[in-house]
Amino acid sequence: MSQATPEPKSSAQAPGGPGDLVIAPGYTPASVTDKIAAVVLQKTPLSFYVAFGAAFALFMVFLYAVGMLFVRGIGIWGVNNPVGWGFAIINFVWWIGIGHAGTLISAILLLLRQTWRTSINRFAEAMTLFAVACAGLYPILHLGRPWLFYWLFPYPNTMQLWPQFRSPLIWDVFAISTYATVSLLFWAVGLIPDLATLRDRAQHPVVKRIYGMLAMGWRNSATHWHHYETAYLLLAALATPLVVSVHTVVSFDFAAGIIPGWHATIFPPYFVAGAIYSGFAMVMTLSIPLRAAFKLQDFITLKHLNNMAKIMLATGLIVFYGYLMEIFFAWYSGNPYEQFVILNRITGPYRWLWYLLILCNGLLPQLLWFRGVRHSVPALFLIALVVNVGMWLERFVIVVTSLHRDFLPSSWGMYMPTVWDWATFVGSIGLFLSLLFLFIRVLPVISIFEMRTILPEAKIDSAESGGTP
Amino acid sequence: MKPGSRPPIYGLMAQFDSPERLIAGASAAHAAGYRRMDAYAPYPVEGLADALGRHHSRLPWIVLGGGLAGLIGGYALQYWTTVIAYPLNVGGRPLHSWPLFIPVTFELTVLLAAGSAVLGMLALNGLPMPYHPVFNLRSFERASRDGYFLCIESTDPRFSHLETMRFLCTLQAIEVSVVDH
Repeated sequence: MSQATPEPKSSAQAPGGPGDLVIAPGYTPASVTDKIAAVVLQKTPLSFYVAFGAAFALFMVFLYAVGMLFVRGIGIWGVNNPVGWGFAIINFVWWIGIGHAGTLISAILLLLRQTWRTSINRFAEAMTLFAVACAGLYPILHLGRPWLFYWLFPYPNTMQLWPQFRSPLIWDVFAISTYATVSLLFWAVGLIPDLATLRDRAQHPVVKRIYGMLAMGWRNSATHWHHYETAYLLLAALATPLVVSVHTVVSFDFAAGIIPGWHATIFPPYFVAGAIYSGFAMVMTLSIPLRAAFKLQDFITLKHLNNMAKIMLATGLIVFYGYLMEIFFAWYSGNPYEQFVILNRITGPYRWLWYLLILCNGLLPQLLWFRGVRHSVPALFLIALVVNVGMWLERFVIVVTSLHRDFLPSSWGMYMPTVWDWATFVGSIGLFLSLLFLFIRVLPVISIFEMRTILPEAKIDSAESGGTP
Repeated sequence: MKPGSRPPIYGLMAQFDSPERLIAGASAAHAAGYRRMDAYAPYPVEGLADALGRHHSRLPWIVLGGGLAGLIGGYALQYWTTVIAYPLNVGGRPLHSWPLFIPVTFELTVLLAAGSAVLGMLALNGLPMPYHPVFNLRSFERASRDGYFLCIESTDPRFSHLETMRFLCTLQAIEVSVVDH
């Protein structure tokens, strides 16, 4: 191979040294394969049991809280008139927002030919799936009679009823279930060649057989790759508008209502930006411990963290602009109810949440303007955590402050979450982490075959290959 | 291996040490008139399908079909339920309030298109396939690591055990082996 490593080009882009490489130099297809496959095929480390055990204990809290909900009903939550949408909807929107980064990274960055997406797309997609799984549970739990959730789907039934297709809540059912399905398909298709790799690498006959069945007989043939690449590209093209549509539809749940503070045309773009913002914050929160735990710093480099930080900064600014525009619209509309909602947000009983929100989502992330902060792993981790909290606060502020004091002062009230609200919320983080740890244990966290394609060896030297007629 | 034996074998497999040599080998085999063959590489190698003479995937048409089915089916479902099966007057708005049918139509279009992309890809690739002769070759597990292979199958009309073997040996392969059924 007479190919040069991409070092000269990247050092010309920025004088940051090794922090600007998408993959550390010196890797070959064989060493990349072995290193990523080893994470899965090694003996289960003790730390896995500790981490998974903790996450699973939290998940048990979730099951307990949900069990209580089924036995005693929705009254164990803090929701009541006038705040009928409490933690369930806050958490739903928070989780579904987190679930945006995976498909954005996989689909949009693939179409934009951003090769740096390659080492983070797999676990970002997994994160998306698990976040959507957590999100999807909340509206169902909130139904009151969750066992009848299938009434939301159009199917011929003895009651001769059909869903109301003019309602954003029905759009939500279709948007979320389509997003979950397409994200799962995208993830599963991406896994097929890697499952074949694990099948070929595994030593234990049972393990080999399991991966063999999951790989469905994939044999890395040119014909396979040919159809595969077409399918992958088409899925990316299909998933791209889907990413934008999901949170748009979620925002319609609010914007199509007449509640002051919700009835705003800026909601769809500002929700989508917020979703990408929180999604990247969660990818950052997860990738920093992950690369440390499995020594993957060569694959998830400072360049990845730096790029993610820049996307967070950009989307964070859009979100911040959204907050300012909400205030502007309230004033400019001349509508006293709209104006009161903003005034109540800033000076009312929930004001400290609004201040925290501005601090977490608007002010602290401005530190990402500084190169030094973007190159400091602990600082990035902290900012990502702060943004995760901030995005949750945003949903709390939107849901609760608009509902608790709307048109009629006689129907004003306060909302306080109960211990069951908290248990369901914290427990869903346990569900998320349990699924994530299982994923890290049994499936490759980084897409092996895509990592092979970004190696210098994979760049075809046409002088050498095109010599024959 | 016995020279000149009838094809109780699947084919002959040449292993290469670089994607460039694999492409060169595949184009040479195509130029020599071989058609029933396949190349194997640990990642999608640019230009390999072209070298083998496979130019277009039919998959986009399948996906288009799926997408159109979702588009028409999704809209028809909403039209039929809200206008015919269960007409419900909501604040005097028209029964056929098409702008409100767009989100679900869009979602179903994407859903069916994506589903047909995955199923179509699997079908065109003949997956799932629990058994395939190429896995009989022990070194073939390197196809998912760092091995580049070209297999000319015995069902090719031009296939002759001796001639094909001789031909593969001219391609700068590092190894040529017999693939049993």
